[in-house]
Amino acid sequence: MNEILLLLADVDFWVAVLRIATPLIFGTLGVLLCERAGVLNLGIEGIMVAGAFTGWLTVYLGGSLWLGVCIAALTGALFGMLHSLLVVRLPLSQHVAGLGITLFATSLSYYTYRVTFPKVESPPKIESFAEMNWLPIPILSQQTPLTLLALALVPTIGYVLYRTPLGLALRAVGENPQAVESQGIDVMRLRTGAIVAGSALMGVGGAFLTLAAFNSFFFNMVNGRGWICVALIVFASWRPGKALFGAILFAFFDAAQLRLQQSGGGALPYQLYLMLPYVLSILALVLVARKAAYPQALMQPYVKGAR
Amino acid sequence: MVSSLVIDNVTKQFGGLIANNNISLTLARGEVLALLGENGAGKSTLMNILFGHYVADSGSISVFGESLTPGKPQEALARGVGMVHQHFTLADNLSVLDNVMLGAEKLARIASGRAAARERLATLSSQFGLTISPDALIRSLSVGEKQRVEILKALYRGARILILDEPTSVLTPQEASALFATLKRLVTDGLSIIFISHKLDEVLAISDRVAVLRQGKLVFEGATREATKASLANAMVGREVTRIQRDGGSSEKELRTELLQLNNVSADCPDSRMPLDQISLLVRAGEIVAIAGVSGNGQSLLADVLFGIVKPSAGTVGAASPRSTSSTKKQSVARIPEDRQHTGSVGDLTVWENAILPRVSDSRFSKWGWLKRTNARAHATALVKRFDVRLSSIEQPIRRLSGGNMQKLILGRELSEQPEVIVAAQPTWGLDVGAVAFVHQQLLDARARGAAVLMISEDLDEVFALADRIAVMSKGRLSDAVSSAHWTRESIGLAMAGEALAA
Repeated sequence: MNEILLLLADVDFWVAVLRIATPLIFGTLGVLLCERAGVLNLGIEGIMVAGAFTGWLTVYLGGSLWLGVCIAALTGALFGMLHSLLVVRLPLSQHVAGLGITLFATSLSYYTYRVTFPKVESPPKIESFAEMNWLPIPILSQQTPLTLLALALVPTIGYVLYRTPLGLALRAVGENPQAVESQGIDVMRLRTGAIVAGSALMGVGGAFLTLAAFNSFFFNMVNGRGWICVALIVFASWRPGKALFGAILFAFFDAAQLRLQQSGGGALPYQLYLMLPYVLSILALVLVARKAAYPQALMQPYVKGAR
Repeated sequence: MVSSLVIDNVTKQFGGLIANNNISLTLARGEVLALLGENGAGKSTLMNILFGHYVADSGSISVFGESLTPGKPQEALARGVGMVHQHFTLADNLSVLDNVMLGAEKLARIASGRAAARERLATLSSQFGLTISPDALIRSLSVGEKQRVEILKALYRGARILILDEPTSVLTPQEASALFATLKRLVTDGLSIIFISHKLDEVLAISDRVAVLRQGKLVFEGATREATKASLANAMVGREVTRIQRDGGSSEKELRTELLQLNNVSADCPDSRMPLDQISLLVRAGEIVAIAGVSGNGQSLLADVLFGIVKPSAGTVGAASPRSTSSTKKQSVARIPEDRQHTGSVGDLTVWENAILPRVSDSRFSKWGWLKRTNARAHATALVKRFDVRLSSIEQPIRRLSGGNMQKLILGRELSEQPEVIVAAQPTWGLDVGAVAFVHQQLLDARARGAAVLMISEDLDEVFALADRIAVMSKGRLSDAVSSAHWTRESIGLAMAGEALAA
């Protein structure tokens, strides 16, 4: 008990929580935009890999860090465009298209990496984002500007969703596309826009890993974070504030298990600790998401004129 | 006087089918025009062209003297054309205010003018007597309230021409008269209304002029006061319509055999359908019992319980008395499900496969796990002939059949087995007048030979025409089944609304 209290009072612990949470915040907000518009985007895992790679490559080739972030967003947006072409225009199965994009984006990134760096022993390093030591806020001052960006996006997206006509149209199109179409708003464009914007956020979430959390690109670095975001959005009932809470909750478990691994002293195999955040997340999901109100039109393709 | 709306020689073809053939119509200010026609007559196509969802092959439409660019819903809206669709176009998890504001502002605006919108909605509400709470979620509203939101939505967008597509199909009689009162207020205010319907009584009651479409052509247009129910029905169908009506009730003596009994049946479903609350009902041989009610009050779950798809959480369903003829053998129940396309048939299977589907393991159609295809085809051919199913071949997939022919095949499949109990859920939903008459006649024939028929229907005309006894379903509860002579439209309407549920 005492140890838990100590942990909660430990600034370093909370620094780690926020750092782990950052890519999840970006990713979950990205999923939120897509799913609020009624589209499942399982391309997230691959889009995060691609964003991590292109962001890192930009900086490695001499671009600035912020240029890297922009390129990662652009990469995400491009894959989002591909996804919306497949599922909004055509419209194909959202599951299959999304998984296809994940496989494609992941393999393409690894392939390009291998072709560009055929003979490296250890992954090439870059100078990553520095901590914001100038900030007079305790935990935030040990984070990078990307974390600040992620935190700022939460109220921004909340504002857009609930306070602007565009956000209203976005929420409505995920509920009943006919309602939107009958008011003279183009469903295709609205959904495409949401997927592209959401995918850009996923790309930035990936880039956080290479540009802020680590300073190089290596295989398997996204490691299922995308899938976590897909689950977190259900936990969050598709609300930005709750998405932030969900991301931090998962990160809390993850940071706690890292501590346990260190202090547990090998009594238990470390894989058991690795499992912990996932098990707890599933539990949380079971408790919270059982009566989740899914966007009514989620995964329903809209074909104009069809009833 | 400038007409509000002029439809000039509009033609629209889908493949080989001419959905609209040279249709011309005008609508005056402050006028209610009823547009009548069977399913597939071209009403929806015409309205979709007007609203910009489809582009006409030829012809033009002008609104308030200016011609309308084809294929631009945005423009139709901006010029004051509003539509209330039959299937509401509302977002369930958003508030009334959200739904009304949707699309009313430029998307690029940085902030919504919610306060101003709320005020304007309140003004419109009180002006036309359409009371509604702006912050209520759509999913918490009744059907009548949802329709109010749809009308408010159109008014909020400045509609001067209002199109209502089958507006009363989901309303109780009381809600329908409230709607008519609203429409009267709207026309007094100078709006023009197009009222699409196939209910003749309503058309005669509410409209100033009537236009009738049949097979894409305008076959009748004239003042409502010069039309009669019979003349309109004949124009719609193109021939004399005979109304099917049951003869007098069977005497109590004949009705001794109780074939279907529900005893305090309760059920609930993981999906959001209305749960059933202690339903008791008795259906005897040689009678038709109708369950009336507005859709969504538990009828579909009740049908699923009767079909054996859903297991009741309490109570019993079964053959009633020990004297029942079914005590020695398994009771034969004919199931005519509500959704003939998804539950009643398998679209991609052929007509003959569908004709034997519920009885594939029957020794007539299979042996040792092998289909007796010759027998099955012969059976299907006989059914098609006897029940007058129009098709090109029994080898065609059943989804190519029209709704009426599909229903005839399903009826034939079930009724040819001489069932003791028939459960028919919305048996004539979406059928044209000819097919409706056929279905009604079949149910009456079954009654005449001593079957117990339980019919679930939302159509009060149908209920009164066929049923010996009527029970009303409301909010998952069922009233006692009382002889149909004891019911009036008013008392049924009140019971449908959940008031005065007979104890």
